[in-house]
Amino acid sequence: MAGLMAGFGCYTHAIVREVPTSLAKEALRTSQAEVDSTKAQKEHDAYVHVLRTTLGLEIVELPVDETLPDSVFVEDAAVVCGDTALITRPGAESRRRETEAMKGALKDLNLNIVEMIDENATLDGGDVLFTGREFFVGLSKRTNQRGAEILADAFKDYAVSTVPVVEGLHLKSFCSMGGPGLIIIGSSEPAQKALKIMQQMSDHRYDKLTVPDDLAANCIYMNLPNKGQVLLHCTEEEYPESVKVYDKLKDHMLIPVSNSEKVRVDGALTCCSVLINKKSNH
Amino acid sequence: MTTESGADSEAKQQQQQQQEESTETPRENPKAAEPATPPNQLEQLPAAVGHSTPARKEQETQEDDQDSRQSSTSRLSRSPLKGVKKVKIMQCKVTLLDGSDYTLNVEKRVKGQFLFDKVCDHLNLLEKDYFGITYRDVEKQKNWLDPTKDLKKQIRTGPWNFAFNVKFYPPDPSQLTEDITRYYLCLQLRDDVVSGRLPCSFATHTVLGSYTAQSELGDFDPEELGSDYISELRFAPNQTKELEEKVMELHKTYKGMTPAEAEMHFLENAKKLSMYGVDLHHAKLVGRLYQGLARAEGEDSEGVEIMLGVCASGLLIYRDRLRINRFAWPKILKISYKRNNFYIKIRPGEFEQFESTIGFKLPNHRAAKRLWKVCVEHHTFFRLVSPEAPPKKFLTLGSKFRYSGRTQAQTRRASSQIIRPAPFFERSASKRYNMSRSLDGAPITENHETLMKDSGIAANARGDIITTVTTEKKAEEEKAEREDARAETTEAAAAGTLTPLRQEAKCSVVRRVKGENVFVKHSNLMLEDTEPPTVMVKHQTNINELKRSFLETDTGVPGLTEWERRLSSSPARSPRMDEPPMIEPLDLQDEEDQEPTRDETKAEPKATEAAKYLLNCTADSTLVDRAPPTGPKGISPLGTLDDDVFSAEEKTPDSQEEFSEKSAARMSPGSVREEVSQAITDKRGMLIILKEAEVETEVKEEVEKLPITKMEALLEDVSQVKGSPKKAMASWVSEVARAEESEVFRVLTEEVTKTFEQPKPDMAPITLSETAPLAVSTLGWVSSSVTSEKASPDSEQKKPVAMEMDTAPEESARMEEDVVCTKEMPVVHTETKTITYESGVGDMNGDTDPGVLLSAQTITSETTSTTTTTHITKTVKGGISETRIEKRIVITGDSDIDHDEALAQAIKEAKEQHPDMSVTKVVVHKETEITPEEGED
Repeated sequence: MAGLMAGFGCYTHAIVREVPTSLAKEALRTSQAEVDSTKAQKEHDAYVHVLRTTLGLEIVELPVDETLPDSVFVEDAAVVCGDTALITRPGAESRRRETEAMKGALKDLNLNIVEMIDENATLDGGDVLFTGREFFVGLSKRTNQRGAEILADAFKDYAVSTVPVVEGLHLKSFCSMGGPGLIIIGSSEPAQKALKIMQQMSDHRYDKLTVPDDLAANCIYMNLPNKGQVLLHCTEEEYPESVKVYDKLKDHMLIPVSNSEKVRVDGALTCCSVLINKKSNH
Repeated sequence: MTTESGADSEAKQQQQQQQEESTETPRENPKAAEPATPPNQLEQLPAAVGHSTPARKEQETQEDDQDSRQSSTSRLSRSPLKGVKKVKIMQCKVTLLDGSDYTLNVEKRVKGQFLFDKVCDHLNLLEKDYFGITYRDVEKQKNWLDPTKDLKKQIRTGPWNFAFNVKFYPPDPSQLTEDITRYYLCLQLRDDVVSGRLPCSFATHTVLGSYTAQSELGDFDPEELGSDYISELRFAPNQTKELEEKVMELHKTYKGMTPAEAEMHFLENAKKLSMYGVDLHHAKLVGRLYQGLARAEGEDSEGVEIMLGVCASGLLIYRDRLRINRFAWPKILKISYKRNNFYIKIRPGEFEQFESTIGFKLPNHRAAKRLWKVCVEHHTFFRLVSPEAPPKKFLTLGSKFRYSGRTQAQTRRASSQIIRPAPFFERSASKRYNMSRSLDGAPITENHETLMKDSGIAANARGDIITTVTTEKKAEEEKAEREDARAETTEAAAAGTLTPLRQEAKCSVVRRVKGENVFVKHSNLMLEDTEPPTVMVKHQTNINELKRSFLETDTGVPGLTEWERRLSSSPARSPRMDEPPMIEPLDLQDEEDQEPTRDETKAEPKATEAAKYLLNCTADSTLVDRAPPTGPKGISPLGTLDDDVFSAEEKTPDSQEEFSEKSAARMSPGSVREEVSQAITDKRGMLIILKEAEVETEVKEEVEKLPITKMEALLEDVSQVKGSPKKAMASWVSEVARAEESEVFRVLTEEVTKTFEQPKPDMAPITLSETAPLAVSTLGWVSSSVTSEKASPDSEQKKPVAMEMDTAPEESARMEEDVVCTKEMPVVHTETKTITYESGVGDMNGDTDPGVLLSAQTITSETTSTTTTTHITKTVKGGISETRIEKRIVITGDSDIDHDEALAQAIKEAKEQHPDMSVTKVVVHKETEITPEEGED
């Protein structure tokens, strides 16, 4: 039976992009943090290794581009849901060209491509939370109303609600999905407030799992054949208290992934990949 | 309506009286078209079945789309009645969901319901409550036909063209009972999709299209269907070859799937779409945005163009395609409109102290009113157990419009009883797509396409009237649920006394605790759950029926109307009761048809309303430190028993605003009722989930004629009442009689204790009252006669006066005991209504020398297993006052229960309590729950 909106967390492919050496110096960041380029590279390799080897996803690796210091954060360049891919118009001017390589890769995967060409629109994928039943789009420094509208137009089946992001870079800087109907949320006040808004806006019910650290609330959920529910989350070294919370998720296969360097340039776990479910048929 | 029996019929009859006269298209058998007789489907079926494929039957006027203004009005002279009296016959053209037109002739003065019923009969549709009839007004805007109003008042100009549409999209179509209902829902959704009203992605178009193909064409068969078959169907606003190919690919995979299955799959997918069942209205934001609103780029200025979407769960606010806010029904305290503006008052958020009101500017007054009506209807249909009674006629402020049909809960209950074999019906292939209205697009002018053109034709200049609907009952529902959750043991007493005072106190609690989980509960309750609502409503209705028949039998015909009236405002009133008088005061001359059935007792409604009014007063005063009520509610109802007083009582925004500081106190009697009934049904619902009642036995017992000789008045202070809330015999009585007789009476809560041993083990979770003493917190709704001299200082000061009706000393003592018992009682919801009036109402006594009827009251008390209705009338005949107490006890229970024993016990106890009473009637009514074959879904 053809069924829509089924299979939340089912992925077959992941698009990633190598860390440019320019990241350490030139990548945008909200704080004045130093980044160890080598360490960042190492972490990223480990991340891709988990996706490829541990989880068995097919990895599409975009070529490194030194002129795009933020390009490792591929998530911001595209939003993929079902077989439709929206190529975004990132909020940071310096990142706009990141979408080119992304578009090519998504086309190669035979996805329906929707491009955001409106010059008044900006949208970072990091502001887009897809819950399986609907979208929440953070209105942030990087994403505006128009960008959200275009997203809503691209994914007509779903409700698209906007959530103001008053703190943090993106909406997903303090939340993410931990399973179907499970929102992982940071404990800061802005995070909690955002969650309230999301709950109010939604026709659906969500469970929430609050972790002490906002950044630790960004995790990657997958539901994979032969693996079951998988959760990639922060490591104990980074956020010991939050990991304790994750450890309570007994039904999930928990995979801690280190992200100590990229986080200095506001990169979270979800930022570094675009996950795609490419069904074999139609 | 079709499956309701008995109880509904009389409500219908009034309508039928008019309907009978109208003529029919020749093929219709007038007899069969008359739903008046307790709708027995079996009887109706033959006629209806014959019309199962309406599409092509009548007039082949498909090209003539619903909006065409070609005159189809004609006055036919072939009416057989023509000779008798001059009846104007109008031809109605109803565009059906498959795009065909159904033409029929109706008498000009029939009501909307008549046309609707005709169309449903024609369509062989039993689950009709989800549907409605629309017409276009002068601005070409789609309006829902009000079933309670005359057609001619709604279609003021132009030909009588209508369309049959889905009005309430069931959140879970799989819960519909019949395939034929789902089929019509599918047709509507296909049109929604093709017209663009229901946006969906390419993938969804593919999936929906493939199921459409399967349901209409059957298995993929290139030889039979031809290679291009798919192009004949319409799936999307912009259908591409690519889409058609994808549809075909999927269609190939459905071999063997029945049309009904395909439709089910279609609906399962369609219902998930975010715009499923959302009725959109153009508007602009007025005033400040609610805090939860996502703001961007300073758009919180006025005049931001938005769309308001009304749906099952509440009100959605869109800006373009973005949802910028959502107000679930429980969040909304009040909806109103004024001129071009539409307002919602929002329950305060967690950190807020006050409600906030959000205003929206609609293109014009009509649009504002239309939106308001749609909200009222959706709220009632999806959120309430039973519809609210429309405000009374003499209220001069505000729209009297209320949703008059059945609620979803009621319709589910009703349709669960459909026992006809699945009707055969022909799916009308792709007809609609070949000559589709949707194809050329023109007729499908949605609301939002033309709405913004402010035509300025404010036909209704009286629009500055503010009208409200008391969504406040949301609070009560919540509370009721919460209470249920915890009530079982600890909160017993509290739950038992659902008097306004209690509610007040609790409301604030709820407000504080309220949060996300409240929402959860609600959606669970009304929208998502499967069986419970059906079952619980069913039980409620049973009791309603019993109550009604009880009330019917005891008084004469005029009295019956009297009781009906009261019933209609009782918590457990049967929905159908409300149908006939549904009034739109804003429209001209509606008043006259408002109470076609009830004009006998002119003064009576006032009395009823006065009761409510007084209730309000007392509730307020007791709650707010018993300060003498001020403001509109403080006006003495006795002093000025005229319309003005009552209109002051009407819940206009203004008056509500005035009282906003004690917002909790604003519950209207209506909401109290609702709450009570809600609580009751919840209880029962729970109960029923746990047990599997196959049989219920209802024992009716009538104990009649208890003469009273002596009366003794005793004054009770409110504080007293308040001080002993468990006792809660709060009866506020207003000064009544003419002259010095000054008949005051005490609201006598007749105790009938039904002891009911529930041996069912699986009922254990509910702490069933093994010895359920009964009836406790009665709150008296007391009114005074219109002609009464308002003299009594007591009443003017609003001092509640409680009068003891001293039947027999022992009895009083016993009553005390009962009251004591009550403390341990887990759940008892009681409602008492008292109406007092004088014989000035004269004609209501059709029977032999009834004397002066001084008071009459009905006390209904319910426990989980019993319902006791006590009806006390007091009359004075030549100086001798007579009180007549009639009691009806309904025992509801399992087959496991020994009914005989229960009955014997009931009688025995009643006799013990009232040795003077005699049992006049015992009715055992067994009801077996039918589990139809398709009942699983």
